[in-house]
Order: sequence, then C-alpha cells, then structure tokens
Amino acid sequence: MSQINRINSGGGLIDRSKTLSFTFDGRTYQGHPGDTLASALLANGVRLMGRSFKYHRPRGPLSAGSEEPNALVELRAGARREPNTRATTAELFDGLQADSQNRWPSLRFDALAINDRLSNFLTAGFYYKTFMWPRAFWEKVYEPTIRHAAGLGRLSMQDDPDAYDKGFLHCDLLIVGAGPAGLAAALTAGRAGAQVILADEDFRLGGRLNAETFTLDDGPASDWVAATLAELAAMPNLRLMARTTVVGAFDHGVYGAVERVADHLPEPEVDKPRQILWRVYARRALLCAGATERPIAFANNDRPGILQAGALRAYANRWGAAVARRVAVFTNNDDGHRTARDLLTLGLDVAAVIDTRPDAPPGAPQAIGYEVLPGAQVIDTAGRLGLSDVTVRTADGGMRTISCGALGVSGGWNPAVHMTCHQGARPRWEESIAAFVPGADLPPGLSVAGAASGTFSTAGALREGAAGAVAALADLGIDCQPAALPRAEDAPVTITAFWHVNGKGRAWLDQQNDVTVKDVKLAHQEGFRSVEHLKRYTTLGMATDQGKTANMGALAIMAELTGKPIPEVGTTMFRPPYTPVSLGTLAGRSRDEDFRPRRLTPSHRWAEEQGAVFVEVGNWMRAQYFPRPGETHWRQTVDREVRATRSAVGVCDVTTLGKIDVQGTDAATFLNRIYCNAFAKLAVGKVRYGLMLREDGIAKDDGTAARLAEDHFVVTTTTANAVTVFRHMEFCRQCLWPDLDVQLISTTEAWAQYSVAGPRARALLGRIVDPATDLSNEAFPFMACAEVTVCGGLRARLFRISFSGELAYEIAVPTRYGDALMRALMTAGEDFGVTAYGTEALGVLRIEKGHPAGNELNGQTTARMLGMGSMVSAKKDSIGTVLSRREDLDGPEPLRLVGLRPVNAADPLVAGAHLMAQGAPLAAGNSQGWVTSAAFSPHVGSAIALGFLALGDSRKGEIIRAVNPLGGTDVAVEVVSPHFVDPEGEKLRA
Amino acid sequence: MIIPHPLLGPRDAQEFVYLGDACLIDRPDGMAEDSADAFHDYVYMRDNPAGEHRELWYHEQGDRSWLVVTRDTVTHRILRAELASDIARQRGRGR
Amino acid sequence: MRYSIFQVLKEGLTGHRGWRPVWREPTPQAEYDTIIIGGGGHGLATAYTLAKVYGGKRIAVLEKGWIGGGNVGRNTTIVRANYLLDGNQPFYELSLKLWEGLEQDLNYNTMVSQRGILNLYHSDAQRDAYRRRGNAMMLHGSGAELLDREQVREMLPFLNFDNARFPVRGGLLHRRGGTVRHDAVAWGYARAAAALGVDIIQNCAVTGMTIENGRIKGIETTRGPIRAAKVGCAVAGNSSRVMAMAGMRLPVESHVLQAFVTEGLKPVIPNVITFGAGHFYVSQSDKGGLVFGGDIDGYNSYAQRGNLPVIEDVVEGGMALMPMIGRTRLLRGWGGLVDMSMDGSPIIDRTPIKGLYFNGGWCYGGFKATPASGHVFAHLLATDTPHPTAEAYRFDRFRTGRLIDEKGVGAQPNLH
Repeated sequence: MSQINRINSGGGLIDRSKTLSFTFDGRTYQGHPGDTLASALLANGVRLMGRSFKYHRPRGPLSAGSEEPNALVELRAGARREPNTRATTAELFDGLQADSQNRWPSLRFDALAINDRLSNFLTAGFYYKTFMWPRAFWEKVYEPTIRHAAGLGRLSMQDDPDAYDKGFLHCDLLIVGAGPAGLAAALTAGRAGAQVILADEDFRLGGRLNAETFTLDDGPASDWVAATLAELAAMPNLRLMARTTVVGAFDHGVYGAVERVADHLPEPEVDKPRQILWRVYARRALLCAGATERPIAFANNDRPGILQAGALRAYANRWGAAVARRVAVFTNNDDGHRTARDLLTLGLDVAAVIDTRPDAPPGAPQAIGYEVLPGAQVIDTAGRLGLSDVTVRTADGGMRTISCGALGVSGGWNPAVHMTCHQGARPRWEESIAAFVPGADLPPGLSVAGAASGTFSTAGALREGAAGAVAALADLGIDCQPAALPRAEDAPVTITAFWHVNGKGRAWLDQQNDVTVKDVKLAHQEGFRSVEHLKRYTTLGMATDQGKTANMGALAIMAELTGKPIPEVGTTMFRPPYTPVSLGTLAGRSRDEDFRPRRLTPSHRWAEEQGAVFVEVGNWMRAQYFPRPGETHWRQTVDREVRATRSAVGVCDVTTLGKIDVQGTDAATFLNRIYCNAFAKLAVGKVRYGLMLREDGIAKDDGTAARLAEDHFVVTTTTANAVTVFRHMEFCRQCLWPDLDVQLISTTEAWAQYSVAGPRARALLGRIVDPATDLSNEAFPFMACAEVTVCGGLRARLFRISFSGELAYEIAVPTRYGDALMRALMTAGEDFGVTAYGTEALGVLRIEKGHPAGNELNGQTTARMLGMGSMVSAKKDSIGTVLSRREDLDGPEPLRLVGLRPVNAADPLVAGAHLMAQGAPLAAGNSQGWVTSAAFSPHVGSAIALGFLALGDSRKGEIIRAVNPLGGTDVAVEVVSPHFVDPEGEKLRA
Repeated sequence: MIIPHPLLGPRDAQEFVYLGDACLIDRPDGMAEDSADAFHDYVYMRDNPAGEHRELWYHEQGDRSWLVVTRDTVTHRILRAELASDIARQRGRGR
Repeated sequence: MRYSIFQVLKEGLTGHRGWRPVWREPTPQAEYDTIIIGGGGHGLATAYTLAKVYGGKRIAVLEKGWIGGGNVGRNTTIVRANYLLDGNQPFYELSLKLWEGLEQDLNYNTMVSQRGILNLYHSDAQRDAYRRRGNAMMLHGSGAELLDREQVREMLPFLNFDNARFPVRGGLLHRRGGTVRHDAVAWGYARAAAALGVDIIQNCAVTGMTIENGRIKGIETTRGPIRAAKVGCAVAGNSSRVMAMAGMRLPVESHVLQAFVTEGLKPVIPNVITFGAGHFYVSQSDKGGLVFGGDIDGYNSYAQRGNLPVIEDVVEGGMALMPMIGRTRLLRGWGGLVDMSMDGSPIIDRTPIKGLYFNGGWCYGGFKATPASGHVFAHLLATDTPHPTAEAYRFDRFRTGRLIDEKGVGAQPNLH
C-alpha cells in the first residue's frame, strides 16, 4: 500500500531514502526512519487507530506526543507484547508489529460500540446507582461483565523477556526538555563548564522546533538545532539523553528518569537493557518541558481526523504526513492560524479557519489562501470511522457544512507544569494566556523556563532558558554568561479563552475515558463540584494520558457552572510519574532469582557436593537436609541425621547466627544493660545464655555471650535478628550511654562456625583442636569458651554450648577456612559415623530439647511465657525490664511454654493448631493457646510439639486437644515438659 | 531523600534506617519510683509534630553512626543532621 | 431519591434532570449535639450510624477539605477479616459483615467484591504462622483455607513458580475478603447520612477546642465557633494535630503510605494477592488497572507523598512474584497520611476530656474497618461505653500491656 497521505514536496525530519515495513492489525504498511507509528499510519491514510474505553468510539490520534489519549496499541507480539503503547511516540522500526486493542471482533466493527447507543444510560457514575439487586449478582454477573468489557490492552501473560537496568547520575544542572529553552540553557551551562544533563522524552532533540517552520537567525530552525546539538555533544561535561523522560521530582533534588534504550529496536541488543531507570541527583534543575495544546469541546469532537492544531502541523512539518488532503482549523487563538499557513504552504487544501473570536485576524481568502470565519464555532461533525464534514455556525447564526478529512483544534496551550507540583505546590492562573503557570513553593532547586513557564514565543523561550541556566549556576557559585542566542519569532500570545461550544450533542473532554461536557454538568448537578470529586466521580483525567488534554477544559466548565473563577475551582494535584513507567524498569534487575542477594555459608560448596537440599533463611541459603541414596522421603533423612547426632556426632553449619564482637573496659557493663539477665560477673572463659528484651518488655532475641577476656565478649544472635540486634546495640551505645568504653563490630561474615554435637563430639574435636588445649570435661566444662588453635596452628574459637541438648561445641575459624574445616571435621570423624545435619534436624533437636526459636520468639513473647521470668533481674536497669513487669503482656490467662505429645502416638501434630480443653466447642473463645513448633521425634517415637498454653506450667499431665480446623484434625495431646530429651541436662554436661 | 551526614557529607537516605523521634535518647531511669509511668510515656507517647521534627536515623549501610536529623515533616526539608552521641551528651547522657 | 436500575433508565430517557445533589451543603449551625471531626470514611460512617442506629439528632461532620479526600480516597481498596489476634478479628469480622450488606443498607453501589485474598507463604515458619492465623479465623467463623503450592498454581498459574528467589510454597486463602470501590464508600455514607439529617460541612477546618472544667464545650473552626456536647475525632493521619488542640499526646506517628495503579488491562488478576517474601499486594480494579502497594516510606511525614526507593521496592516485589507484569506501566501513585499506632492496632476510646472521643491509630489498614469503625464509634459516642467488639481498642492497653501487636514488632510504628 502506498503512502497516500505522505506529502511529496519533501521536507520533514524523516529519511525518505530508506523504507521500513510494518504491520497494523495484520496489514502491511511502509514508513521511513524518523517516523512514529502514528505518523507512518497517517501517511498511509490510516486515521482510525483505536477505540475509546467506555463507548468504544472509533478514535485516531489527537496529538503527536506523549499526551496522547486515543491512539493506543498493543506493540510487538508474543512475550514482548506491550499494551497501551502510544502510537504517537512509538518509533517506527522495520518489522514493527502493532495491533489495535479493546475492540471485538475488529477495529472497524466493534460489538461493544453498542455502548455508544446506550450512552444516555451510561452517564458518569451510573454504576453507583444500580447493579445492587440481587445482592449475589455483583460478583457473579455484573462485575465479571464489567471487568470483561473494561480494561484496555492485554498482557501477554508471559514473563517479560527483557532486562532492565538502574543507574545513578549526578550533575550540577538537570535540564528537562530539549526545546529552544532547554537547548539555550544547555549551551549556557555547558559552556560554563558545569556538569549538565539534558534529557528529552523525544528520540529527536529540539522539541517544538522540530515541528515548526520557524527561522532562527536567517536559516531554518533545524540548522540551529543541529549546530547546537553538535556543540553540546562535543562537551565532555554535558550528557545528552534523548528518549529519556524525567518522570518525577523527589525530595532533595532527586529526579527519576527513564531512558528507553531499546524501544526503537525490534528487541534489545544482546546484553543490553530495554530501559534504564536513572536516579539523577541534581544540585539544580531547570524544567523546559514545553506546553500541551488543549482541545475545545464540541459535539462529536472525537472523530478520527480531529487533532490538536499543533499536532496537525507537526505531522505535516516534521513527518511529511498529512492527516487528510483537505483540512480545516478551529481555534480561539493566533496559533491555530499558524497551522493553516503551514499546511497551505505544504500544498494542502485549507478549507477554512473557524475562529471563535469575533475579532479574529481577518484575511481575504485570495490574499492568505484560505477563508477565515471569525466568531464562528464548530457545532457538529460527521464521519463514522473518520471525519468527513464539520458543521459550522457562523457569526451571523448561519450554518455551513464544510467537507474536510482533518480538523485542527486549538484551545490554547497549557504549560507543562506537572513536575513543579510533584512536591505539593499548586500552579497559578495566568489570565493573559488563559492557563496555569508554575506557582510558588516549587521543589527546592527547580526552576522553569520557556513554554513550561508560560512564555510561548521562541525568542522568549531561548531567553528564559539561557537566563534560567545563569541563575541556577549562580546559585551554585558558578558565574556564567547567557549563550548568544539566534534571532527568533517573538509573537505575543493572543487568545480569548473558549472552552466548549454549547449544543445538544456529546462533546468530549477526556477522550480515552469518554467523559463529556454533559458528565461534568451531571457531576455538578449531583454535588461533585470540587475538582477531586469531579475527577473521581466522572473518571476524568484517570486514563493513561493522565488528563493532560482533558482536565483544563473540565475545570473551566465547572468554573462556569459554579460561577467561580477558574483558580477558585482549583487544580488537581500532579503526581509522579509524568508519563507512565514500565514496571520492569522500576524493578530493574531485582526479579526472579536475583530478586534479593543470596548469602552462602562457608560449607555451601561442600554441602552441594553432598547433594544437600537448601532452604531460604532470610537471604541465607542453608542446607536443609542431606539426603543419601536410597532415602525416598525427607523424613527418613532427617530422622537419620537426628539419630546420628544423638548417638554419635553431628556437624551443622551455624555461621548464619549473628556474631558481634564487644570490646572495651565497659563491655561487661554494657552487656549487663542490654540483656535482662545478669552479665556483670561472668568469668573470663565462660559463656552465658542471654535474653534480650525490647524496651516494651517483650523478648527481642536470645543468644550467648562468651567472655574471651576481661574486656572482650563475643555475642551471638539468632540468624533472623542479626542485623536488628546489632542496630539496637549501636543505638544503646551511641544514644543512651555514649561515654561507656565499648566498641561493637559485626563479625557474622568473619567467622565460619560449626556446631559439633553428640556423645562423640569431644572425641572428634580432639582430632581437630591442637593438643595444647585440654578438652576434658574438667578443663573445658559446659559453658566454657576459649581461643584455641586447630589443625596445626589455625586460630579458632571454641565454645562449649549446646542447642541440641547433647554434649556439644561450637567451633569458629576465620571464614576463609570454613570450607576446609568442614571437610576436616567430616574426614576426622568418619570412623565415628560423623553426620552432617541440616536445619530440619537442627529444628527437631531443639524442639526435643525445648529450646525456643523463631516460632516461639515471634515478637509477642515475654520471658515469663518462655519460663524464663526469673531470669529478668530486678536488681538492675536493663533494657525492657520496667515494662516487662506488665503482667497483661502474657495474655488474659498467662500463657506458658509447654511440651505436647499426642495421646495416640500415631497422631501427627502441626504448628499453628490451637489448644483447647477436651469437649470444648470449636470457638475462638475456647482457644487456650497454640502449637508453636512441631516435629517427629525419633527419640520419643512420635510427634512432639512446643506450644504456649494458658496457665500451662500448672497443667502438666493434663490431656487437651490440638485442633486444626484448616486441616480438619483434632488431636488429643498430653501437656508435658518442653524438655523431651535429657531434662536434667546430664548429657550436655557429660 | 538526601541526608547531610555530619562526617561523610550528603548520603542517600536509603543508606539509613529510621527509628523515630529523638526523644528516644531521653531514656528514663529504670530504677526510679515512677519508672512505670515514665517508661509508658517514653516508649509509647509521641509529639508527632507537623513541622520540625528531631529524629533518629542510623547509617546502617555506612559508618554506623546514629544521627539526629532535624527535618520538616510537612516539606521534608532537612535543617541539620548531628551525631546522636553528641546530642546524647548534650542531654546529659554519659555512662 | 432511591437509586435503582429503573431510576437510571427513567433519567436516561428524560435528560437526567431529576438527579439531585448526593449530599446537602448546609451552612454550619451554632450548635450541634454531636460533632464528628473528619469527613473521611470513618467520620461519615460514624455520623450515619449515629443517626440511623442510635437515633442521634443534630449531628455535623466537619471536613477541612472535601469529603473522602483523605485515606478513603487513596488506598488499595482491600477489605478483609483475616487477623490473628482476639482483640482484632471479631472487630474485622463485624466490619466484613457490614460490608456484605452495605449496598443494600446505603442504597449505593460501593461495588463490594468478595473476590478472595490469598496471602502467599514462602517458608515453613510462615506457613505455621498462617496456619495459626487461619485456624483463628475459622474459630471466629470467618472462614479460611490453607493452600499448598499446587493449589496456588492452579488458581494463579501466572505467578513465578519456576525461578523465584523465594519460591511460593502455598497460601492462606480468605474467600470473603476482596475489594470495594473506595470513593463510593465516602459518597454512599455521605448520601445516606445527609438523608437522615446529618449536616456535612466541607471546607471547615478545626482550629481549636473549647474545654471547660475538663469537659468539651465546642470547637473553633475556620467557619466560626460551634458548640457541641460531644465531639468525636476521626482524622487518621492528622490525629496528633487535632488532639494536640485538646492538650493530648497520642501513641501515634504519622507516616506516608504510597499506593499505585497501572494503566488499564483486560482482566488478569482474579483476586487479591499478597507476596510473603517482599512488600507487595495487588488486585485489579474493575476498570482494569492493577492496584498495588507495599511498605510505608518509614519516616514521619505529613506530606502526602513518598519517594522513589519505596516505589522501586514495591515494584521489585511485584516483578519477583509475577514477571509477566514487566511491560505494563505504572500510571499513578499517591501518598496517604497514615496514623501508625504503637502496636499496629487502632484506638477507639474516651479521652480524659469528658465529651471528647477519639478514633484513630488505624495504621495503613483503616479502609477495611470503615463500617465497623463507624458502628462502634457511634456506639461509644451515643452510650459513652465501648462497643463489645472494640473493647480492646483502649488507650490504657499501653499501660496494662494488653497490646494488640499482630506483627510482633513492638513500639516502632514504621515496622507495623
């Protein structure tokens, strides 16, 4: 198919020497490099590109930029399908595939266009008034129907195959927008040597200069743009960023920017991201984002072929694309006339300029080439899938029908003030241009230049851009002169505000969401008069274009209806992002396996070699169990590991436990204050269990503290709380007792640590620890610790502590020897049957012994509940002591940690079951506690569990129930001591 | 946000962990007669001002300093940042 | 005027001339029996219930801006009764029951959609905690199901099951949970309250309280002084500011919670999903946008806006859970001013000042509580005694230790 609406007189910023082939809804078309999808489709005579959200009205592009509400397509296919993509910004590439969306069965014949016929009933907010009967129908009938009809494009439902990156940039001056203001600012700041970033959302820098026929000095603007860009590109201190949208102004000069690295390519280059999210730290920023032309509302103003007047001429000037061969313009300002002149120059047939102003610039058709109808209004249009005629009411009240395939509409221009509002500032109404301009209280460090500040002439934009750069750099103490600027047009703005044509038909404000003037009137009638109510009730401005072309008109109509001036009706808040941002970009590389870092223990490689199964424990990967050939169920493996540990010796990597070195002459005093139990008198060479409370009296963490020297302790924490305990200790040290002589350092990563547990533990360690250390029970009893050497001189730390209840040690070596030590232990213990055990067996061992862990220390537990109430020393002021005295913390009937054993040994127990008295009905009021941890105990020969039970310490021997309605189980259990193994502690002291 | 660290200069707030009102420095005496009331107020009650707020930030991904940052909770403007240990001493805390 | 399909058809045929303002806009009277400060969901629900259930007369709701402009209009629209603790679950169950009948009660379609909430778990410990919680829900009569990985896969095949850093192991399903059209809740209550004679007064900010001999006498506003024997405060993130006018400090911090919506999409997500290994929850609105949120920004704020790191963190969670959403776009984000309490649970109670009542500390979860909050606060205002289902929500719990700390993180609001 030929490009029937390509303007053949040449010109434009497309490369006509190359032809690109693409498809839209399965049909093949041609375009050129430099085209957008929209410009190429228009050049091919295609005006119909989409359907509206509610009424499924046929739609073509309204704009030539990112404010586009209508021309949304699904771009690309397969897993790369990208819904709701603006045809007006999508760069054409060879092989591009686009499909229209939100229509069935086809774009031309859309069954849901029936909604348009029913529009009388589907007015703003109609759904709040119906669909209420019968009640059950909402989820079953109404909502599914609405959901199916609503929505726009389709997700592929496949994982996004592309990569996204994040980056950080720092600069003196961030310039947002590379139109005349931005370029003048960049020249000025760049020549001054400042670090400058110039970012623009377009793939071609130059802004509005690319779309206009202005001359700068005496040449075409494009010459000046090209020369300027060449100079800027050569500056080492300036970074030009095309295809980069600055989407938000965040606190303290942090800007978010999205660079579309590969959206103009069929797919990203190998090892390159599709997009990059830049976090820009800018000392100053200058917003040169231009302005958006706003439409005028009139009956049936939404047909394909009706565009912003500026877009109509942009398509012609920049892309050589005529929307139609015969065009008309409807305007309330002089800028609309510029469109007529430009199109005429390009050889198009300009049917008329319909100017709402009775005093419109006159001109005889013979002299200027087209007819001007002053004081006239477009009152209706015709053309089912594209504009064919407009009906005009002339100043004298007469009616005329004008045949045309395109209508350019200009209701004036709205400065792109969005980013000035991102931190709560409100824009200010400027009557002379009938638009909002940046107000006071802009984000600190941000200023505005050019059209974005309401200065619409080219000369004004250039001047303000240069001056803005000078001022911003002066703020930073950098002196500079404004760049010499070219001569440019300096036309004043002449506009007479005109928002909508009165009449019967539906006149669209928000084209995507189908909000019409009537909807605004209805909202007013029903009391939704504040801007926020208006938006929410009618969905005005909630579409993918964020109301960039719609909100102003609606606001003006509400002002009319309420009889208030526009600024009193208010403005809506603009929030980031300026244009929508792909979720993939915001996530960057943090997805799939790389969602969070993976911490590996020193024995990880060894464990992998053994075929271990790993489990995520926070960011750590820990060996869960070590299956052996022939074991078909994880329970077999775990039971074996538990038995081996209890009968011989087991080894477990416990490096993940937090380790904190505490040094200083006040180290003991410090620990005495952060643990609720006494620490001041712990002897050198001894370890003590410590319970740490939060200041509100709840158990925070538990662990051990080993006193290696008078002024040196090693504290351990649980794996889960390693970071927060250290943070808390630093808080205490710096904020509560800044003059204590104590220093802290986290050594979790510095030491590899293994638990060696079981009757043969001493024998095994005897082969590892150098002979200088006497490991006998007398010399190195339970709760002893020492700095030792192992394997012939390697420094190590040895602690005789036990989590399993067995004779046990923990041995630590510098992390880089962790792998070697694991191998040495396993080799040395071979004849003892040394067995590596994972977190599952660790869990079983500690439940058998009745040691609390994460399920018990869940942030809701007191020392009393754990049976450690007497540990909380009343003789000292340690963290949490005072508020821990509140007995209601334990619950209405004090909860206590108990052991539980099924009456019928074959019954399973699960954590999360609730505890109830026998015979009590299944009701919340009868819940007396819950099972915290459960496991099968090879030692006991049945399931066992720990739990918190109301008044539990006085109920030993009682038969109660563990009820688990979720799983449909209800098991009789006996309340027992939580110490299923060696309650007297003889084994661990052996 | 960017926090002007008194020792390290401007640092991204993401390097820090937030705790809350700097009144947490003023921990009451746990051995005092009225300690239950004092700790109730200390642990639970907050001024929660709309405006200037002195608050504790911990430079966890940095030098591990606790800072007292004075920040406007309405505008997020930061007026100053000081070492919490200095503030603690000024407020009479020592050993 | 009663809303119905017939009314819609009739008005559609007659040019919509019959629709009337959804609520009246009266000028404030010099005196009311009861003043509710705060025209959000809770305040409006309170006024409605006070008039409807307790026969209250001469009631005014004062709103400093526009009704429904705070958290009821800026949240992720989720309603649920899937709490663990006895202090909470009966209250949220009451709320869910009220949601279930809300449209018929108000004659306003708030689009209560019980599409189910699935809390995913990724570890044994999480499963155990969910089992305890699910069992508590069942014992409270709210219903719950514990799904394994395969059941989750059947329900939501698009989740990342194959190469996730924290694999999905199952989920706790709360079928009665779902979403509600948030703005409609404010409007529906306003309409129903106004119809019962409640004065809804917008653009009327409270500037002071008149207290004599320990008793409230009235309040000062930007529209003049108003006398009242009873004043209830339901102003969410502004709780500390308003109660400071009565000389009170609260166990509350104000924080910003951001929420987000994507561009519209054809239906993809059938229910509400929460990720258990990051901070991300999502549902899809009837219009098609994915509505999602995560953690609060974490610092005290009254700014109603957040920062980029939290946006990234939330979306990272989303992409980790379902990498199919990478090519849809974040359209809008907003920040809500949330009243984070010291144990993560709300306070609905008398104050030391007679006639002054407080309702706040809702953290990021006030929306789902709206009907029940109105219900029990109206009860408190009408009878001066706490409603039985809200007896736990008292100021004194911080003294007694009867805390309601679902997450177990203690007195640090930004962790709740």
